[in-house]
This record gives sequence, structure tokens and C-alpha cells, in this order.
Amino acid sequence: MSQTLTDTTPEGLQNEEQPLLQIRDLEVGFQTQRGLVPAVRGVNITLYAGQTLAIVGESGSGKTTTAQAIIDLLPGAGSITGGEVLFEGRDLTKLSAKEIQAVRGNLIGYVPQDPMSNLNPVWNIGFQVEEAIKANGLAQGKAARARTIQVLQEAGLSDAEDRLKQYPHQFSGGMRQRVLIGIGLSARPKLLIADEPTSALDVTVQRQILDHLGTLTRDYGTSVLFITHDLGLAAERAEQLVVMYKGKVVESGPSQEILANPQHPYTQRLVSAAPSLASRRIQSAKHASAGDAVIYGGGSLDDTLVARAAERESAAPVKDLISIENISKVYRIRKKGLRTDALRAVDGVTFGIQKGTTTALVGESGSGKSTVAKLVLQLESITSGSIEFDGQDVAGLKGKELLKFRRRVQPVFQDPYGSLDPQYSVGNTIAEPLLAHGVGTAKERQARVKELLDQVSLPWSSRYRYPSELSGGQRQRIAIARALALKPDVLVLDEAVSALDVLVQGQVLNLLTELQTELGLTYLFITHDLAVVRLVADNVCVMQKGRIVEAASTDDVFDNPQQAYTQELLAAIPGGNFQFGR
Amino acid sequence: MLWYTGRRVLQMIPVFFGATFLIYFMVFSLPGDPIAALYGDRPPAPGVIEQIRAQYNLDKPLLQQYLIYIGNFFQGDLGTTYSGRPVSDVMAGAFPITFRLAMLALAFEAFAGVLVGLIAGLRKGKWFDASALVVSLLLISVPTFVLGFLLRLVFGVQLGWFRTTVSSEAPWGELILPALVLASVSFAYIVRLTRASVADNLNADFVRTATAKGLSRRRVVTVHVLRNSLVPVVTFLGVDLGSLMVGAIITEGIFNINGVGGTVYKAIVLGESTTVVSFIAVMVVIFVLANLLVDLLYAALDPRIRYAK
Repeated sequence: MSQTLTDTTPEGLQNEEQPLLQIRDLEVGFQTQRGLVPAVRGVNITLYAGQTLAIVGESGSGKTTTAQAIIDLLPGAGSITGGEVLFEGRDLTKLSAKEIQAVRGNLIGYVPQDPMSNLNPVWNIGFQVEEAIKANGLAQGKAARARTIQVLQEAGLSDAEDRLKQYPHQFSGGMRQRVLIGIGLSARPKLLIADEPTSALDVTVQRQILDHLGTLTRDYGTSVLFITHDLGLAAERAEQLVVMYKGKVVESGPSQEILANPQHPYTQRLVSAAPSLASRRIQSAKHASAGDAVIYGGGSLDDTLVARAAERESAAPVKDLISIENISKVYRIRKKGLRTDALRAVDGVTFGIQKGTTTALVGESGSGKSTVAKLVLQLESITSGSIEFDGQDVAGLKGKELLKFRRRVQPVFQDPYGSLDPQYSVGNTIAEPLLAHGVGTAKERQARVKELLDQVSLPWSSRYRYPSELSGGQRQRIAIARALALKPDVLVLDEAVSALDVLVQGQVLNLLTELQTELGLTYLFITHDLAVVRLVADNVCVMQKGRIVEAASTDDVFDNPQQAYTQELLAAIPGGNFQFGR
Repeated sequence: MLWYTGRRVLQMIPVFFGATFLIYFMVFSLPGDPIAALYGDRPPAPGVIEQIRAQYNLDKPLLQQYLIYIGNFFQGDLGTTYSGRPVSDVMAGAFPITFRLAMLALAFEAFAGVLVGLIAGLRKGKWFDASALVVSLLLISVPTFVLGFLLRLVFGVQLGWFRTTVSSEAPWGELILPALVLASVSFAYIVRLTRASVADNLNADFVRTATAKGLSRRRVVTVHVLRNSLVPVVTFLGVDLGSLMVGAIITEGIFNINGVGGTVYKAIVLGESTTVVSFIAVMVVIFVLANLLVDLLYAALDPRIRYAK
């Protein structure tokens, strides 16, 4: 505790002023079968009226638990085991169930993380907002209804009146988040706890919503406690920053100061791992291997890079490994009765990928980028156009030919929790493609598993473990090892690092880059995260509404974006142009 | 919605014909000759059997028999039993009794089951939950006839609260005890289903959000937990309604109730094909209608289903 700086009093404010929220030595534990496991260990946070403070940390750092402890929203097994939460001088941890109920909504609003799961699917939107208004005694009957419409309009739903009777599943993620923000602010609370309010949304939507939230809270004079894993977002939106690690506050103070000059080793790692527009492409040549040295004849690292770049340039006219010509995919959507509507998910997309390079497909959800991945993988058939792989048209491949193609082009999907069979041990998971394609004897397969585990930097002993015993990053390594099992030429990475924390994300990206150099892999990298693109891609295709709106080399796209949409995407990256301390 | 309902009704047609033909075919494949059985050890005059066979169309090929039967069925003629009683008479006696029994059982398992399951789910891991789980496990594992005889002994003989057997009119009051026995297993399943569902939904994100809005615990539980938890329960109840309506042979046997289950059982033993097939045809219709009802209820409870169609 001693090395921690907890005084977050902003300049110009006098120390005598009572803080709005003061968390003192907060301890939260979770009751498990192995006894009480501490999740928050002696946290101190001070927040003054009108201030915005962000708690930053990776998953499991205790940031969400801290926020939930404030208004007693801890899940069943969790409980506050020590410390106090002073809100306007009143200790919230000592309140009865009735008293804390009066604080919730009325004095402290809450905006949850995932807009998809935080609205009850069986009640319409109007009902769910009106309920909050009535519960906080703001209005009853007809007036409550009018207030509901007003709250939703303020939250940015201009057609609120017509949409009251609609259900959550008829709203997009961004609109649901607006509804949740409306609910959180409906009683004009003094403090708003926003727990990763936009991490499930596209960057451009995220920016709109955060801008709007900022305007509202400024207008109402609401203090905001932000919880986020995104350092860029924290830097941009909050004056004060609290960095949490393993249940403790490791650093706190003004945001700009911390990011420019991080003191604690963990904060330093977090800052250097945060991908931003300022980062460059990871070059695995940094650890120039012996092989590289031979090829490029010694020389300095820069020489190597120059040589390599030159080689890439000169290799330009070489035929693309994958060439995609004007492909389209049309889905039929059932409407009322027998009518169907055509949805052009992919509309005349053309691009090529050279061997050994990475091409990134970037776009928001619904832009058609994942559909392109499915088409390239031949998991869905194209409606028109052609896909050539190594000079062979892959559309309509059947039987043996298709199997052969599948061996050479392998996918890695987004969700490392959903894409591994929980009943399969790590060893079996990695060996499965070998088994499916009848490769080698049992002994050879085992040797290959060993080699693959080695390549993704996992110990040989992990082959007996099951996915549930592994972290997200370890799982994604296994998914990559499985994809590499058949020695493919191409990996299609569909949001392969999107679900991971920054530090883990950095490790996996480094691993992918190393593997690319070692094995000469070609990547089709699909992501919504432009900052990640900068780290790994050679070429970028920006997709919008099924079309490619801009395609160029990564540097060109980032330094000199031509299309308005690309510029908008780049501008929406939180903390985009903020120079992180290194 | 209308389109959806219409489609479901249309689906009933092949189910109806398929099920009745299958039953018709199976009853006729049963070993033993029902006509010969009518006469026991004393063989009748040689011409008589042929005459009776012709009267019941038993001399014609199976498919033709079936078509004649279905033709009559749609004209409201369900045929007669081999003893000469119209099958419609038999039905008029059996179905109302089974209907009352099923309604009582359904009401009990729905209300008591959901209530006990809700309390258990809210107090997961506490003594009420633990005892509810033990009792429900007991009810599931104890055979119906054991429970039936036990309850009859305790409440009928020793305490004298209920009659031990049900009279032929089977009024509502006399059916309470048999309904409890009939509902016991389903009650146990509903308790477990509701409990699991409630415990699950309590941890749902939207419940936490509802709490954060400042709603009272009571409102959070009734409005946000209970309604969402009822969706799987309703599905189960619908399937159960079907099976309750088509009778309960064991319970009816224990309490001497002249309901559907017992009647069909006797008819199968006697090889009374017309009776069996007629009953089954009505049961199929009831079963399919019950399932349709569930789907509509399901859509009413969960708007995502309503709008997906």
C-alpha cells in the first residue's frame, strides 16, 4: 500500500471539500470450495463531484468487482470483507437492503458492460425504462410514460416514441447501449458507474456513444466512474486514472501523467502493450534468426529490413497465392409469409494475397468481413465471382480436392472458449486434424503434437490438460497449434485476438508474426480493431456494407487514408493519436 | 402468428393419418383372434364366425378396412365394440373422468411445482432447497403404485379424509387424491426445472441491471426472474398435459377409476381394434392440440420466438 499513490485530489480543489465517493481499504472476497478467495485487496479510490475517473486493468484484476461492491451488486458468492465505501460521507456497506435500494438508480446509476445480455429479452424497451422511472419515484402513470420517451430521446433514440413497444432483440447493440445509458441516467444520479459500457461495440458506435455520454454527464453534473481495459479509452475520457492489478491499486493519478510516465512495472507493460496508431508493424526480424542472417548476409537489423522490403517490392509481380475476383454472397432473408428479401452480405469484392504476407480485412460488424472469411474457407458457397488458390479455382471443389484444399487453408476463430471442445484434452484437440486427414502413425502424430506445442510456446506437459483449465491466451495458442497441425499455407484468422486482454493479445500477435517468418505462412487477418491491424498487416482492405472501400498497404492506409469512411474509423480509435510513454 | 398457427394445424393432418394407420396396423398384427375369443372354449356354428367377420369388415384387406374405418370416423361413426356397444358411448363415459383427473393433476403440479421450485431456486444451497431436492428425488424414484397405495392407506384408510376408491361418476372431490398421485412425478420434475431455471436467471446480467435500477427485490424476482424462468416449465407442462389427457393406467387401476387409460388397456387385451383405434385417434388430436397450445404460449412468453416466425 505504501508505494501506492492514492490521493487523486485534482488541482484547484481544496482538500477540505468532501469527496463524492471515497473507497477506503476495500476488501472483497469470493466464497469458493477452497475457502474465501480475495478479489479486491485494500483498494483506495477517491472521486470528487463532477470528476471522471477510470479504473483500468485486465480481466480478473478486480476492477468490475470493485465497482459492483459500491452498490452491493456482487454476485452470490461475493461479499465485502473489509473497508468502507463512503458516498457523501455515508458508508454504503453498512446500509440495509432497503436503504441501498434507495441509493441504486436514484443517487448512483449503473451502465453495464454487455448490451446484449443486460436487457430482459421478454419485456419491451418502454417497460424496462418506465420501470426504472417508477421505482425511483420520478413519475407515475402517464407522466412516467412521457418521461420514458424523454429519457430515451436524451440517450439518443430520436424515434423513441414509436419504438417503446419493441423488444431488445429488435435493437442493435449500439441502440441497446443507449437504452441502458438512458436507464442509468434516468434519475439524474450524482454518480454513474459505467462498466466497460462500449467494449462490445464497433469503434465508430463506441465514439458516438461515449461522446454522448460525456455530454449528458457534463450537462447533469454527474461524476463518472469508468471501468475499462482499454488504456486509450481511459486516457481520452477520464481525467483521473486508477490502475488495478490482481485486486490491488498499483498506480493512480491524472491520466495523462500516468500514461506518459508510468511508474509501476505493470502499468509500464500495459502502456507498452497497448496497440495504437503510433505503433508499427511487429517485425520478427528483430530477433533475426540464423537463417535470416544467412539469407541477408549479416548486416544490421535495418539493412535486413531494407533488404526484405526490397525483396517484397521486387516480388510484387509474382502471382498472388489467393486471388479473389469480384465475389458476391447473397443471402435470402425470410420476410412475412412467403416473400424473401435478398441481403448482399458481400458485394463484388476483389483482392489478392501474396504468399508470406498478411492482409487484413477491417470493418464494423455487418460489413461482410467474416462472410468473406467463410467464402475463402469454402464454408459457404459464393453466389458469383471466383476465388483462386494457388492458381486453382476453389469454388465448387468436392470430395478429395476439397479435403486437399482444407489441409492447406486453416481457420482460427474468435472465441477461444467456444472453438475448443471442452471434452477433448489439448493433445487430442491438436491431433484431431491429423487423425481426420489420416496423417501418420500414432507415434508420428504424437511427435507432431509435441512440435506444435513447442511452436506455440506451450509445455509438452500441457497435452493432458483440458480447455477449462487454461486461460484465454493459452486456448488461442492451442487453436493456432491445431490450425498449424496439417502444415497449411494459409491461416484465416477471424477476430483471432479480439477476445484477449492487451498483454495476452500482444503475446499472441508476436507468436503469429514469428510463425509467419518461420513457416512462410500467409495470413488473412479479419478484425474490427484497426490498432491491431497496424501491428501485423502488410496490406489492408477496409470493408463497409459488403464492399471494399479502400485497399492499400498498411502504411498508406494509416498515414494517408483516402476514403472518408477510413478516416472516420481511424479517428474513432480511442486515444488514437495519443503518444504513449514507452 | 396466424400463418404460424395455420401451418401447425396443417401439420396435424399427416400426423393424424400416420398415427391412426400405424395403430390400426399394429392392433391387427396382435396375436389371437378376438372373434374366437368371444366364444371361449365352446366353438360356435361354422357360419357364425364368418358372418361376424364380414359384419366388422375383418374379411377385407387391411388397407381397405382402414379406409372404411376412417371414412366412418369422419362421418361421426366410431364403430361398435365386439359386444355391440357404440365406441362413442364408451368414450363419453371415459373422457370426462380423465379430463377432470388431468386438470386437477395439472393445476397441482403447475402451481405447487413452480412455487416450491421458485423458493428453492431463490434459496439455493439452504435447507429448503436441499429438502426440496431430496423430496423431488424421492418422488421421481418411488414407483407410482407404491406412492398410490401408501397415500390411499394414510389418507383413505387411517385418516379417512378421502374415499379409497372412486365411484363411477368420479366427481371432482373424489379425484383429488388420485390427481396428487398422478401429478407426483411431474411435480418433482417441475420443482427441479423451475429451481434450476430460477437459479440460472438470478445470475443473469439483466437481473443485475434490474437491481441496479433501484427495483425492489420482490419486483426483480417476480418480473425479471420468474417470467423468464417459466419458459422451459411451460414447455414441460404442455407435453405433460398431453400425456395426462391420454390417461394414466396405473393410477386409474389403483383407485378404480373408469378413465381413458384403463379402457384402452382393456380394449387392447381383448383385441378390440375399433375401440383402440378410435381412442388413439382422439388422443392424437388432443396431443397435437396440446403441443400447439404450448408453442403459442411459448411465443406469448418469449417475444423473440413471436417475431422470428
